[in-house]
Amino acid sequence: MDKPYFEEQSYCTLIKTKLETVRFLQDYSKSLQMMKIENLHFETHLN
Amino acid sequence: MEKGLEDNPQKVILMEPQLEDSLLIKRYVSGDEKALEALIDKHNRRLSSFIYSKVRNQSITEDIFQDTFIKVIKTLRKGAYNEEGKFLPWIMRIAHNLIIDHFRKSNRMPMFEGADTFNLFALMGDEKLDAERQIIKDQIDSDLIVLVGELPEEQKEVLVMRIYKNMSFKEISENTGVSINTALGRMRYALINLRKIIQENDIVLTN
Repeated sequence: MDKPYFEEQSYCTLIKTKLETVRFLQDYSKSLQMMKIENLHFETHLN
Repeated sequence: MEKGLEDNPQKVILMEPQLEDSLLIKRYVSGDEKALEALIDKHNRRLSSFIYSKVRNQSITEDIFQDTFIKVIKTLRKGAYNEEGKFLPWIMRIAHNLIIDHFRKSNRMPMFEGADTFNLFALMGDEKLDAERQIIKDQIDSDLIVLVGELPEEQKEVLVMRIYKNMSFKEISENTGVSINTALGRMRYALINLRKIIQENDIVLTN
């Protein structure tokens, strides 16, 4: 006999980003330098 | 138990009570890079899952997550963020906008994923006819000219003006000195006669 109801399916997947992405963001933040000259923001990245 | 925690610094971090976003932001803005790590770690699962629920693709999720935090970093470093205890809704909003941008872009530039059934040459189709089809078309055109030559003079005149010279029926009537209705009638009979000649002589005109 066919099942009268659909089996419950979860579309909610809990995931986390890769460690590489987190490290990239940390490195990005460390390299980013902001300069403000007369209300203008300048971004520079240090090597 | 305590020794175990000391051995594993990761666990020690997890056991620490989670700091308020506002405090972490203050620390980060004042130069504490560890505070950024804590902020990312605190919201990683929630933000990633939110993005993934919309795009259903792991690598796109990574990209959008990264872009979201790049915007966060820039805004915080500029001092343009107003702390009102709404850090999470704010980053969710940024991610949401980036997700919309992603779908807009992918609509403009459809991506074709490789599959067994996928044929690149179907996309690279050339509007021009290949050599064989061009020869067939030329043959049909010349056959048609011969067939048109078989029509009565008035019908031939109207058909040539309409089909080959692309003239309107008004222009045809002005040029031939007949009414538009007469021109239309001649055109109709020209087509009927052409079909008749083609059927009677079993001529095949296909490309």
